[in-house]
Amino acid sequence: MIDILYFARFREKLGVEREQFALSSPHQTVAMLMAELAERGDNWAGIFKGSQQVLVAVNQEMVKPDLVLNDGDEVGFFPPVTGG
Amino acid sequence: MDTIRIQQQPFDAGAEIKQLIEADQAMGAVVNFVGVMRNMNDGDAVSEMILEHYPGMTENALQKIVVEARERWQLGNVTVIHRVGKLQPSDEIVLVAVTSEHRGEAFDGCEYIIDFLKTSAPFWKKEKTARGDRWVDERQTDIAAVEQWKKQE
Repeated sequence: MIDILYFARFREKLGVEREQFALSSPHQTVAMLMAELAERGDNWAGIFKGSQQVLVAVNQEMVKPDLVLNDGDEVGFFPPVTGG
Repeated sequence: MDTIRIQQQPFDAGAEIKQLIEADQAMGAVVNFVGVMRNMNDGDAVSEMILEHYPGMTENALQKIVVEARERWQLGNVTVIHRVGKLQPSDEIVLVAVTSEHRGEAFDGCEYIIDFLKTSAPFWKKEKTARGDRWVDERQTDIAAVEQWKKQE
């Protein structure tokens, strides 16, 4: 299992702040996870298959979509940051 | 020494800077940036803002930015304080203060830290306008500022 966290407008659009998720294969990458989430349809497809930018952190470090996930990972999805 | 704090309550920039100066008497310069909430954005009056962040990751991301700044310049002490939660116009959002022996490195270090904070620390702003609440979009000028630093590597 991994933990998935959603932030800012993604959290609002999806209505989910955090969920536990079972990886579907031992070599599942971030990109594969995003494709799987997009299959939930509606807003999920809009975010994970759409044209808007999705930033990803694994274990609180920014990563690229080709990173392979492991059980116990914490994955955060969020839009471009706007602090400062 | 680095001080990195995320907090709901306001900070006292003057007191923070005084502390930085007194922490190391070999430093001759302190440069600081204070980001303030504006009452306007994209042509609309803004009455309130909510700042959200990713607890844990935010602190790590800021620490990483400060470490990278230290690799480029000889810096003394660094303080980064960022508020989260509800903010009103004229509220101070962020303080970046940097000391160094002479001013050049403190100027560069301070600008580098705020530029990278804006594009890589996980904060998000949501603002309240007469037309409703909306999430703030990233700015191309912020991205361009970071690209400039990367070119200088």
